[in-house]
Amino acid sequence: MTEIGLPPINYGAITPMLILFGASCVGVFVEAFVPKAQRHLVQLVLSLGAITAALVTVVWQADTRTVTAGGAIAIDGPTLFLQGAILVLGVVSILLIGERSLERGGPFVAQAAIVVGSDADRNQTVRQPGATDIYPLSLFALTGMLLFVAANDLLTMFIGLEVLSLPLYLMCALARRRRLLSQEAALKYFMLGAYASAFFLFGLALVYGFTAGTPSGSGDNGGGVDFATIAAAVRNSEVSPALLYAGIALIAVGLLFKAAAAPFHVWTPDVYQGAPTPVTGFMAACTKVAAFGALLRVLHVAFGGASWAYTPVLGAVAALTMLVGAVLAVTQTDIKRLLAYSSVANAGYLLVGALAVNKQGLASTMFYLVAYGFTVLAGFAVVTLVRDADGEATHLSRWAGLGRRSPLFAGVFTFILLAFAGIPVTSGFTSKFAVFGAASGAGHTWLVVVGVLSSMILAFPYLRVVVMMWLSEPGESTPSVLVPGGLTAAALTIGVAATLVLGVAPESLLDLTNRAAEFVP
Amino acid sequence: MSLSAWVPIVGLLVLGALFSLFSVAIAPIVGPKRYNRAKLEAYECGIEPTPQPIGGGRFPIKFYLTAMLFIIFDIEVIFLYPWAVSFNALGLFGFVEMLLFIGTVFIAYAYVWRRGGLDWD
Repeated sequence: MTEIGLPPINYGAITPMLILFGASCVGVFVEAFVPKAQRHLVQLVLSLGAITAALVTVVWQADTRTVTAGGAIAIDGPTLFLQGAILVLGVVSILLIGERSLERGGPFVAQAAIVVGSDADRNQTVRQPGATDIYPLSLFALTGMLLFVAANDLLTMFIGLEVLSLPLYLMCALARRRRLLSQEAALKYFMLGAYASAFFLFGLALVYGFTAGTPSGSGDNGGGVDFATIAAAVRNSEVSPALLYAGIALIAVGLLFKAAAAPFHVWTPDVYQGAPTPVTGFMAACTKVAAFGALLRVLHVAFGGASWAYTPVLGAVAALTMLVGAVLAVTQTDIKRLLAYSSVANAGYLLVGALAVNKQGLASTMFYLVAYGFTVLAGFAVVTLVRDADGEATHLSRWAGLGRRSPLFAGVFTFILLAFAGIPVTSGFTSKFAVFGAASGAGHTWLVVVGVLSSMILAFPYLRVVVMMWLSEPGESTPSVLVPGGLTAAALTIGVAATLVLGVAPESLLDLTNRAAEFVP
Repeated sequence: MSLSAWVPIVGLLVLGALFSLFSVAIAPIVGPKRYNRAKLEAYECGIEPTPQPIGGGRFPIKFYLTAMLFIIFDIEVIFLYPWAVSFNALGLFGFVEMLLFIGTVFIAYAYVWRRGGLDWD
């Protein structure tokens, strides 16, 4: 019997993923064998330690440029930068997830499947400590995200997509308060996410069909789904490109769903509202980075040769996303839904950057992802603090007069909202400036016009919240702002500091993105 | 390929038929005869198929947990089978990979066991 040739694997290059995966397995063991009382601390230390270790290995191999594991994984500048971004934002998210002092038992419940409204459910909501399963779940999700941005063929990318999605579906269902909303969020996210994955797979199959006849990495003419083969097929194939275009469209649907771009955004407000707020922050920051990381690689490396074909369509999607996000944000009455629509609009700005298929577009999109991630995590950190007896008070009318009650946190939130609105001295300004600059450099002036218009619309809901917080008298029903525990305070400080620093002195990060913005062929 | 290659399969078929016929024939003769209520119920694992309320009614969620556990092992077996067939070609690398895979599944199993997923009540 002949030996099956094994592709050489550069284990050094995939160490960050292996560390996180190992740590999540250990986390599951901790859930099984460590006594309940100590689990939380053990899990917190384990998760933060593992993410830090993975971050160190990412920084360690900053100069690695290689394709390994039989062409399945590419470790290059964008991969390492995005992996680093995901891990840094992951640390901040874990800090938010680990907070236990704001609410008795923490923001999560132990058993998400208990019938809502039953005695057991009420007992669980008020008394029982929350699950610590959330830590291994987050680590599994982070593992998937690292793989997602490193994937160099469509199948590996699909695996990454599933590994990052499945834990997120579960995490959405774990909110301690408003259990029905939380369960609804998880179910909606799961159903629509499954559809999106199916679209992605269909697209993959069509693209594979298109590459038939193109020499692939393994030496035959059978085609393949690795990006090098697809890129070669896009350039040289004499087959009719209908298959290719349909494939690109379906793959884009799968990826744009995760990125929350219109018209695939309808899950976003419901899921962002229903999920526990720390998990919402995690999704808004880390999932966004992962989804756009994968989208960038697909658009630049695999389908870069067909950019003239997809740019008008995806440009229309970007314009629609910005406008839908901005206009619907105006009508929102719930702070989490408002931030969700703002996240949709931001997906549009990111798409504007991603559609500039050149080095500048890549660098500016990566910069935007980091800047937005920090700001949005800080925003959701403030949302976890504004509480009354029923948990978080997310209705906007309740936030009226918050400036009188707690000037410090209203001030912090004002700063965050101004960053979202893109006011100078915040990272929101520099990052928007970067992506719009890249877009106009690539000749997409009309997208810049739509972008600026939608930013102006979007400034209105943000400023309305600011005005409500500062210019209204606090009433009977104005909730109090809790003093954050150490973890939330740390997360909030990191988020606000990054927003300020990236707004005042963005040069070093811009420089880093410019150096990283080159895919390996 | 000549027909003679199929002789072992025909032999297996014959052996299988003989064994089942033998078992069915011998059971009434040597088996103990203790009649009770359970002997009259439908041979079915899980919920009673009849009588059922209109629309299927409700059934314990415990079944779903068992079904999920089954899937863990099901997938493990599906993975083990092709590996076993081409074990020689895959060599030591394949063996180590399979150990890692089984180890990962074992972690899930240990979690289920410790958290009470295997207790019916």
